Amino acid sequence: MKIVILGCGRVGSTIASVMSREGHDVTIIDQNADAFRRLSSDFSGKTIVGNGIDEDTLRRAELDRADAFVAVTNGDNRNIMSVQLAKVRFKVPKVVARIYDPIRAAAYAELGIETVCTTCVGAGLIRDKVLGREFSTFEEYLRLGITNASMEGEHERR
Amino acid sequence: MSGASAMYVIVVGAGKVGYYLAKQLLQEGHEVLVMEKDRKTAEALAEELGDIVMHADGCEVRSMAEAGMGRANVVVAVTGDDEDNLVICQMAKRKFGVPRTIARVNDPKNEALFQELGIDQTVSSTRIIFNLIEQQIETSQIIPLAALKRGEIEVVEADITPDSPVAGMRIGQLELPPNTLIISVIRDDHALIPHSDTKLRPGDSVIAMIKAEREKELREIFAGRKI
Repeated sequence: MKIVILGCGRVGSTIASVMSREGHDVTIIDQNADAFRRLSSDFSGKTIVGNGIDEDTLRRAELDRADAFVAVTNGDNRNIMSVQLAKVRFKVPKVVARIYDPIRAAAYAELGIETVCTTCVGAGLIRDKVLGREFSTFEEYLRLGITNASMEGEHERR
Repeated sequence: MSGASAMYVIVVGAGKVGYYLAKQLLQEGHEVLVMEKDRKTAEALAEELGDIVMHADGCEVRSMAEAGMGRANVVVAVTGDDEDNLVICQMAKRKFGVPRTIARVNDPKNEALFQELGIDQTVSSTRIIFNLIEQQIETSQIIPLAALKRGEIEVVEADITPDSPVAGMRIGQLELPPNTLIISVIRDDHALIPHSDTKLRPGDSVIAMIKAEREKELREIFAGRKI
């Protein structure tokens, strides 16, 4: 598949390197050209320097032809905005955003955006590791995050 | 402003825009809360405005709840980052049912996107200044007056110069882009209600309603050349 990845940090560069090795057509975007040093030496995809919430940058990455778009910058809001841009403007069939804040991740999941809350998943995995348990499911991990960040104080609108 | 129409307005972002906006709203008798995530900025503003300043991240649901967003009439997001302003307004609408959300947009290209994504109103100072400059450019001859339906339809004013190919033509003869409506012809400070026989004269101003994407075509017809 043709996949465009926004953010070449640890997660982004790993997804890019792995998927490129698996034979996918990968394009990765980062604001900082130095970030591409994190890519593995056998990475055969394209790199683009630019701002991921800018339509022109995404067009340079040929997002209109992409099967999937993944946003894994360090900014939750930047990821949220860019996946919506990818959905609305470029009609990308599959978009996934990494979101640290469990509540924001849940809110946007309700809006039909696939989100991965790495805070929740990481906390769940570590808990299970510590307890020597078998790993649970993605869904259960997400619930952990939400319960912890309890929505106390949020009232229904009168 | 009378007490009856006073609103509860939450302003997110205490930069220059947020600061002056909050002051003006207070002066008009509205209830205002300013949320600012930078501690220093928030503290400096609190010294002047008192406890209506909250040091908090306006994107965090917990802070939004503390701010009483559930009873806000308007949420205005005026931080310097478009992505933050988007998320603040979407969360305000989605999680707290705020009836009116207004986002400051730094990149004018984001205005249309934000509106598609459910933000009620957007303001781009870049766009406003650009439009002001554009109005001074004679060659364009067409001045945008207003945008309706979230910018889909524009009301524009076009001056008929002596060398315009449409000078001397009747309105019925003009080959206008589809769905263009000539609303009025301003002649010698009088607004005429035009009909197809109305002849355009140099010095006239034509007020027309047009689909935004057709504006360029209209410009070319009035200028008589490709632009």
